[in-house]
Amino acid sequence: MTQWSGYLGLILQGALVTIELTLMGSVLALVMAFLAGMGRVSRFFVVRALATTYIEFFRGTSIFVQLFWAYFVLPFARLSLTPLQAGVLALGLNVGAYAAEVVRGAILSVGREQYEACTALNLGRWQGMRHVILPQALLVMLPTFGNNAIELLKATSVVSLISLADLTFQAQVVRSQTGSTLMPFVSVLVIYFALALIISWGIRSLERRMARGLDGVRV
Amino acid sequence: MPAPIIKVDAISKSFGAFKVLDGLSMQVMPGEKLALIGPSGSGKTTILRILMTLEKIDGGHIQVDGEQLYHMERNGQLQPADERHLAKMRQKIGMVFQLFNLFPHKCVMDNVTLAPMLTKGLARTAAEKRAMELLDMVGLADKAKAMPAQLSGGQKQRVAIARALALSPKIMLFDEVTSALDPELVEEVLNVMRKLAAETDMTMLLVTHEMGFAHDFADRVLFFDRGRIVEEGKPDEIFRHPKQERTQSFLKKIIAAGHRV
Repeated sequence: MTQWSGYLGLILQGALVTIELTLMGSVLALVMAFLAGMGRVSRFFVVRALATTYIEFFRGTSIFVQLFWAYFVLPFARLSLTPLQAGVLALGLNVGAYAAEVVRGAILSVGREQYEACTALNLGRWQGMRHVILPQALLVMLPTFGNNAIELLKATSVVSLISLADLTFQAQVVRSQTGSTLMPFVSVLVIYFALALIISWGIRSLERRMARGLDGVRV
Repeated sequence: MPAPIIKVDAISKSFGAFKVLDGLSMQVMPGEKLALIGPSGSGKTTILRILMTLEKIDGGHIQVDGEQLYHMERNGQLQPADERHLAKMRQKIGMVFQLFNLFPHKCVMDNVTLAPMLTKGLARTAAEKRAMELLDMVGLADKAKAMPAQLSGGQKQRVAIARALALSPKIMLFDEVTSALDPELVEEVLNVMRKLAAETDMTMLLVTHEMGFAHDFADRVLFFDRGRIVEEGKPDEIFRHPKQERTQSFLKKIIAAGHRV
């Protein structure tokens, strides 16, 4: 029995690493999403081109390959990252590219009349974006951001390939040490699912809070 | 005789192949109340939108309050206006839209105070004090904390008027401000405009299908058709004795549709 609880401890340690990766990766993804998503609707060609290149590149190549580059190739450019840093970097940039399109779509979904009201009230481009467009667009982004965060959570399992002891990695360790397959794999299944539920729930309550007062105006 | 506050000179504007304004010229005197009427697609809304810098012009010049709107002088030459010049010119003009265009995520008070705080650097307390005066003027002081979704169409439009007034423009543009309202709510908005006309010397341009209101309210009526002003004059001249055949047939149709003139 004590042996099992010891193994469960290993798995929970892995879960902590997974949570850490998810949180830090999400923060980076969020930053990248807003930078690239707003870059996509910029007035300036160079900014648009940079944002588009970033999005297409990171959506168009595999997260495995990106992670291997971050961990194994960057050192050749004298940039050595710890497994955690490499994981956060690859996950954040990858998911950020998807979420950038969410940001762009949401900004474009805000009606033209809102932009015109900003002009008529003489708000600058950034003032209008910050106080009028983005707060409304955020509500449109949230459900898909929830999707992206869950995708990111599940993608964290690839970091076990660069020997970071996350949830999936620890499950493999427990399996090889005990010979039991069912216990570690059931545990990680349940833990991933529980973490995803927490994200869903968090996003939904955020949505409810932000939609307050808007009843009947937008869905 | 004072100088016109708006001078529109040979403005043309096309949407694709459709020429919506065809060398339009007009002048508006300070404090004048002007009604722009005419069939849809005649260009009356477009000229308001051009004055608010919501559309670009293809050709011509506009002067507002003694300064070029779409051009600026640099080294003695006229050049296309940059964003800074446009921002300066927009301070002189406010606009109220057919569909209100309130910010749905902000309460009534914040809708009114947002622009003064951001563009004029007003402190919140000062902006809110002024907003309360304006909301009181439009009869909505008790709705300051309400969200737009909780208001009727007429109330929304009155908030939109207060919001535009908060920037103290010299010129106010009203683009079919009662067209989206249920009939019983039209009057409360028109009353606010009458009050505004009585209490201020603001220049007001309105595009409207409310012929009765245009008749009582306007100093001068412009009849638009196919991107030009076909006829203009005092309300009595236009509504009682229209000279142009096109004006006559337009008014006949309007009256047949049940509008009071």
